[in-house]
Order: sequence, then structure tokens, then C-alpha cells
Amino acid sequence: MLTWIALLALFLFSGATYAFGRHKAQRLASTVKSGSFHSLPGYHGSYVALWAGLPAALIVLAAAMLGGRMEAALLRADPPAAVSALTPQGQNVFYDDARALAHGSQASETVYAGDLKTAIEAKAAQAKRLEQLIQYGALAAGVVVGLAGLALAYPRIGPTFRARNRVEGWIAVLFLACAVTAILTTVGIVGSLVWESWRFFQSVSPVDFLFGTQWDPQIAMRSDQYASKGAFGAVPLFAGTFLIMMIAMLVAAPIGLYSAIYLSEYANPLTRGVVKPLLEILAGVPTVVYGFFAALTVGPIFREAFNNLGALLIGGPLDSLGIYLSQVQNQMALVAGAVMGIMLIPFVSSLSDDIMNAVPHSLRDGSLAMGATRSETVKLVVLPAALPGIMAAMLLAVSRAIGETMIVTMAAGLQAKTTLNPLDTVTTVTVQIVTLLTGDQEFDSPKTLSAFGLGLTLFVMTFILNVIALRIVQKYREQYD
Amino acid sequence: MPAQRDDSQAHGSAPVHITVDRAHAGGPQHAIKIRARDVNVFYGDKQALFDVSLDVPEKAVTALIGPSGCGKSTFLRCINRMNDTIPGATVRGRIELDGEDVNDRAIDPVILRGRVGMVFQKPNPFPKTIFENVAYGARIHGLTTSKSELEALVETSLKKAGLWGEVADRLHQPGTGLSGGQQQRLVIARAIAVSPEVILMDEPCSALDPIATARIEELIDELRNQYCIVIVTHSMAQAARVSQKTAFFHLGKLVEAGPTGEIFTNPRDSRTQDYITGRFG
Repeated sequence: MLTWIALLALFLFSGATYAFGRHKAQRLASTVKSGSFHSLPGYHGSYVALWAGLPAALIVLAAAMLGGRMEAALLRADPPAAVSALTPQGQNVFYDDARALAHGSQASETVYAGDLKTAIEAKAAQAKRLEQLIQYGALAAGVVVGLAGLALAYPRIGPTFRARNRVEGWIAVLFLACAVTAILTTVGIVGSLVWESWRFFQSVSPVDFLFGTQWDPQIAMRSDQYASKGAFGAVPLFAGTFLIMMIAMLVAAPIGLYSAIYLSEYANPLTRGVVKPLLEILAGVPTVVYGFFAALTVGPIFREAFNNLGALLIGGPLDSLGIYLSQVQNQMALVAGAVMGIMLIPFVSSLSDDIMNAVPHSLRDGSLAMGATRSETVKLVVLPAALPGIMAAMLLAVSRAIGETMIVTMAAGLQAKTTLNPLDTVTTVTVQIVTLLTGDQEFDSPKTLSAFGLGLTLFVMTFILNVIALRIVQKYREQYD
Repeated sequence: MPAQRDDSQAHGSAPVHITVDRAHAGGPQHAIKIRARDVNVFYGDKQALFDVSLDVPEKAVTALIGPSGCGKSTFLRCINRMNDTIPGATVRGRIELDGEDVNDRAIDPVILRGRVGMVFQKPNPFPKTIFENVAYGARIHGLTTSKSELEALVETSLKKAGLWGEVADRLHQPGTGLSGGQQQRLVIARAIAVSPEVILMDEPCSALDPIATARIEELIDELRNQYCIVIVTHSMAQAARVSQKTAFFHLGKLVEAGPTGEIFTNPRDSRTQDYITGRFG
């Protein structure tokens, strides 16, 4: 609360210094020859306001973000004897409770008595003092820095001062900060993935993980089979992922590519104007909607169709196949793959359409003028020219198919099997990550940590695919620019 | 509408052109290959050509000149029905190729374009090898039956286009790797390979340097003995150098057409006079 008030006050203060600086610049500018004042008054105002506001705001924000940690560290500075006697975990609980007591939040149910009771009351009081000290200290520092900024910047205003260039510099720093945020976040995500995976690979060897053929993380819940060999073999998961990806691409690649050909080569502008947005609506459907479409609509339809087909075959020469088909369940790789393929159609078609449109029109004219038909032109000139880009679009679609979670969670099943049978129930890497991490889990068991191992492997795979795809697209762009 | 002068009308029902180009003075009479009558072209609501009537002689080069946007390229694209590929374009009037109306329903534009080849402003070799570029038309039209026949066709086409000597040892390298002038000659070889009767050239030298331009002009001069060539050009010097007949277009109308020598030395219309002397355009 105090932080917000402080920030609001700073904002108003900085706004006032803007007006102040601008006014001074205007006054000075009116005394010199027009055009000889380097920067417009607004830039002088902005310069002063930035110096008065930004450093102080950073101090207040830093105190708000890091204050809690500082407080916790200072609280541990001189531990009472009774606390030092506790186990490290006990100490952690003690200090957390002391701070909870001080700030009125939920403490643990530990009962403190005797020396510990006195100690915790003393520490709670100290925590409260520390909190206030940090808050008011930050506030005071903010005021001092803000005033110092004003005192530094205000006297600089003058005809030759390059306020415009200085403000430009500040703006560049702002943009850099935004860019760095995104990069740091990525680094952080990858870092946590690598770190947790490393912990996982300490209990399960990477070789067993990558090449093991049995996936059954539940076994590891029992202490006698703790991290038993083979329980974390990821091969069935990657096999399932691969199978569903192949089915999805068998649906998405031809339909997406052909609709792209239609849109870019055949459709007149009117049709194109209607069909393209319609197709792109498909891309806007949330994947969870595709998920229940697959699980509740497509799954039963497919099951019924296969069951009926099976019933027809029973008793005939294909009796055993008939029996198998009549027992097919709702959840199968085919359903998840087919629906995922439909989800990927707009992705493939809109990328391929863009790429084919980038093929120069003169090539089409050249081919048509040779007496080629439209489809010959597409087949012999446009597609070969666009092929690298189309390959890249396909690779991007593959990497999306591998990473897709919702549809497979709802429609593919949970059983880890190494199979190429599309009617079988399979599970994928993403589904397993979801089931491993949802619910109440301990974060130090290999079972939970294996999710990070899977995540890292998946990340590396899709990353490589994306890099290859983007490389191809880049090369292709250069060719026609 | 200003008086439209077209010598085909002046000559009445049997227009026969006698070219008086100096190089060709006293040469053979040229039969009419393409006879255009009252051609109007619309792009949507905008009319691009107004009642153009023009005769194009066989085995000669006819140049279409005029300022930008005057409709000369539009007229060129009527001859092989390339305007069909532009959405919203409509062509009215008759364009006869050897007496047959190219806009007739019985005419298949795909076959027509095999008879009427086209070379574009910017060299547009396909992203294929030099060999495959030249073999393109033969492959799609099934002109050859054996590999050796195809190879022979590619060789003769490249020789006719004056490119054989430069590319004989690298036929299987990409056509896009050639220089601009070579690419344009490759495209001409590609057009020749299907044995067209007419070759349309839409400013074939505008993207080339003077040396490559000179090379293409020589080539055009060599080719005119075998083909009916129609060339659109912005360069009046080029029109004077390569053509036997010249047609001057202005604002979508054919102002004047006649033997090149006459158009350049003694134009009948004042607008032609102004254009060729550089007063506008």
C-alpha cells in the first residue's frame, strides 16, 4: 500500500518537474534568437522529469520487491540460543512463523513454549520494526534521490544543452530493458528446466530415460521400487507423440497445402476474402475446445464406426480383425491425431499461402505464356520455387503438434505403449507432464522431476525443429528479395 | 474522338503492308499474321484500349511505342490472351491470328500460347536448371518423344537464342544464376523451343545494360526471318533500330501505324511527331 502511495506521489512529483523544466526552457528560449536553442522545451521538461522520477521509482520498487528477503535475512542475524538449538527445518519454520506473526498472516500450527515463545515474540517485534525500517528507509532514499535528480538536471537547462539527445538515450534504455526482460525470462525458463532435469538425472540415468522402453512413474511411489530401473523409460511417450504427430500431419499437410494452393492460385479476390478469414477462425478456436470435440464427438463416432465394421467382419475370413475392431475404445491415437490435424490446417495453409504469394508473379506469367495450364504452373513452377518455405511451414506445424497438450490429454489416453497402431490408446510426452505435475505432488521425488526431464527433451526437439525451419525460411526469403 | 489513323483502314479491305525499312528496302511483301479490329479492353470499369485496329506483318518486327500507360502492353497481352489471367479484365473486338479469332470459344488459350510465345520485361527464368528451363514447353506440350530429341531441341533453341556458346558446359546449373542479359536470352530460347509462330516481347531490354541490350537487339534482328515479332519498347531508338513497322499508342488509342522509316521521318499525326521528337512521354 505504502509502495503504491509512494509511486503515485513520485509520479505527480515527476509531472510537476516536467512542467517546471519546460517552463524554464521556454523562458530561456524566448530570450535567445529563434532556432539557436538546441532542444524543444518539452525535451528539457522530459529530461528533468526522468531524472527526478525514474531513479527514485526504481529504489521504491526494489524495496517493495526485495524488502521481504532483506527482512528475513536481517531477522536471522543474531539468533537466540533456543532457536539455534532447533534443526535447520525447525529454524526455517520458526522464522517464517515469526514473520507471519508480525504481518498478521497465516502461521504454521507449531506450538512454541518457554524460551521459544519469548524468542518468537521478540523476533516478531523485530520483524515489524525491520519492515517499517526498510519501507521508510526506501521512501526517504526515494525522496533524496528524486530531489538530487531534480537538482542535477534542472540547472543544466540552457540553449546549448542537448536535452533531446539525452531523452533519446533514456528511451533507448527503456526499450532495451523491455527486450532484456523477454530474454531473461526465456533464460530463466530454460535454466529452471535444466536445473530440475539435472536433479532428475541424478536419480535416473539419462540413458535409461532416453532409451528405456517402460514408462510407469507410479511404481516409483513405492519405496521398495524407488527409481527402479526402466520405470522412467521415455521411449513409449515419444513413440506416442510421434504417432499422433504423424497422423496429424497426414491430415494437416495435404489439406493445408491444397487449400493454400487454392487460395493463392485459383481463388478470385472475392472468394479469397471470404475463405481465408474463415479458415483463420479455425486457428482461433482454443485447443481445449478441440479437445472436447475430439473426446466427446469424434471419439464416439470413430469407435462406433470401427465397432460396426468389426461386427460385419466377425465370422468371415477376417474374423480376428473383426473382433479387434469391435473392441476399439473411444480413446485412440487416430482421434487425437485427426483432430490435431484439423487444428493445424489453418497454420499450414496460411504459412504456405504467404510463401506461395512471395513467389514472383512473373514466374507464373512466364509459365502461363508458355502454354502451361494453371495446375501445371503450380506443379512445375510455383511449388518447386516455394518448396523450401513450405517445408519450413511443415516443420513448424510438426513442432506445434509435438508440443500440443490439450487435445491429446482429452482424447488419446494415458497408457504408455510403444505402438504404431492408430486405433490403440497411446500417451504423449505432454500428457504425461500434465498428469505428473497436476494435483498435490512432492517436488523432490523422481516422479515429479521426471516431468522436467520430459520437458527439457521436448524443448530441445522443438527448438531444433524451429531453428531448422526458420533457417530455411530465411534462406528462401533472401532468394527473392 | 480525334481522328484515328490506321493504315489498315486506309487500305480498305485488303490491307497489305510493304515495309520500307532501309535494311529491307525492296524486300519481299509481308503477309498479315495478326489482324486486330476494334479491340477494346477494360480493367474493371477502366477502359485501357479504345477501338484499336492494327495489322501485324509476318516475318517482321513490329514495334509498339508510346508513353507509359498508353495501352501498348495491354494490346500485346491481348494477342496471347494473357489478359485472361488478370481478374476483371475484359477484351472486346476481333484479333485474328491467321484469320482465326483468338477470342473464339473454340480456341484453347493454352494451345494459343504455344503458338504465340512471350518474353517479359524482367527476365523470368524458372527456378530450374538452364536445360529444364528450355525444355519446359516441350515437356508440358509433349513435343519430344525421346531424351536425345529433347536434348537436340534444347541445343538448337539455345543456339538460335545465341546463348549456346555461353552455357553449353553448364546446362545443369540453375538458370537464375545467369546474368540479366543471359537470362533474357534464356527466356527467349525457352519461348523459341515450342516453335511459336509469333513472339511477343514486352520491353525485353528495359532491365538490361546497354551491352546486353545490343546483344538482344541483334538476336531480334536474326529471329525476324523466322517469326512474327511484336515488341513493346520505351526506347524510340530501339524501335527505329529493330522494327520494320511501328505503331504509336497514346492514351489507349492507336494514333498512327506504318513502316518504321516513315513514322520516324515523316509522321502524319502531330502527336507522333511530338512524341518521337521528345516533346512528351
